[in-house]
Amino acid sequence: MPQKISLRIDGELIHTAGQRSILEVALEHGKFIPSLCHMKGLASVGACRLCIVEVAGVGRVLPACSTPVQDGMAVTTQSDKLRRYRKIALELLFAERNHVCAVCVSNGHCELQGLATKLGVTGVRYPYTFPKIGVDLTHKKFTLDQNRCILCTRCVRVCAEVEGAHVWDVSSRGVGSRLVCELNRKWGESRNCTSCGKCVQSCPTGALAEKGFAVEEMTKRTEPISRLTALRGVRP
Amino acid sequence: MSKAKVATVWLDGCSGCHMSVLDMDETLLEVVKRADIVYGPLVDAQEFPEGVDLTLVEGAVSNQDDLKLIQKIRGRTKLLVALGDCAVTGNVPSMRNGIPVKALLERGYVEGSDVNHRPPTDGVPALLRNALPVHEVVRVDLHIPGCPPKADAIAYVVMEVLAGRKPELTGKVKFG
Repeated sequence: MPQKISLRIDGELIHTAGQRSILEVALEHGKFIPSLCHMKGLASVGACRLCIVEVAGVGRVLPACSTPVQDGMAVTTQSDKLRRYRKIALELLFAERNHVCAVCVSNGHCELQGLATKLGVTGVRYPYTFPKIGVDLTHKKFTLDQNRCILCTRCVRVCAEVEGAHVWDVSSRGVGSRLVCELNRKWGESRNCTSCGKCVQSCPTGALAEKGFAVEEMTKRTEPISRLTALRGVRP
Repeated sequence: MSKAKVATVWLDGCSGCHMSVLDMDETLLEVVKRADIVYGPLVDAQEFPEGVDLTLVEGAVSNQDDLKLIQKIRGRTKLLVALGDCAVTGNVPSMRNGIPVKALLERGYVEGSDVNHRPPTDGVPALLRNALPVHEVVRVDLHIPGCPPKADAIAYVVMEVLAGRKPELTGKVKFG
């Protein structure tokens, strides 16, 4: 029988089962915690750092997606400090690549853009890096635009954990990190890609898209993938 | 009470933000009741005047002229507002930034042209190495992102500033 625990989130007393993340429990109780790399049904990796929360008695902020709830925990999801840090994390994501929203297939449907609006990011205080990075158009159905990639690794995880093909990975380190297809093959030359499109649907930005869509036209749906994982019993 | 002085300026952008300013419709009448529009593509002033209260800047800083003008404007403006994505992020003009200026001009004026086959030199200012968002060149007091920003957002900001309040744009604007 799963362990029953009690904790407080923003002062509200919540009873839940153990072995769940703060993010899952908070979202279930109607709290708003921003996140980009989290996707229901996939393993959490704590890559985007937007879901940071404060836990009483812990001297640093913790990512809600990869911190399990514990009995007696007191979690704060909204504070000036958290809002400030979340804005910094978002701005750094914008500064790191060329997110030219105006000419992006996902303009208007992008999770990064949407969170900027919601969290009040109207400008980026850090110098833009304007990296020169490419676009891979070799796949017959899909496109990869590294300029929009935020390295959330949702595509990596959905391909490995759900489709079982493990086409995607991340190479290099730091700002040099890049999403790569099978040890740096062109996507069109991939030997394992099943062209299922789960990576495209999971991508929160316009980095992965279907061919044939113009600016603002690419909408995505993650719910069918989350439902599939629940049906298979991979994850709740 | 004397009227406030408002200016607009068009740097490296498509003028879409100025179209959005015009889209404020009847709010423009409210604006001109409280302020004089003293400089910009919509009025006939040749020199950017001293003592401007509010300047809306459209476009990225892309060439020597943009650079000199924005520095002059900063010195003569109380509240400088970056209007639209080109001014806020660099946007489309900044997509050239990965390409060296010489190669860029050759691509446009030599490879891409049937006549002349050389980049223009007379009467055009030299390009800067990168097209930059305004705040990377001078201090910016407020950003209104959008491509273009919604007329409602511009109207809200201008009216709030003229009323002496600080506009709060969370949830009201988006990039792109």
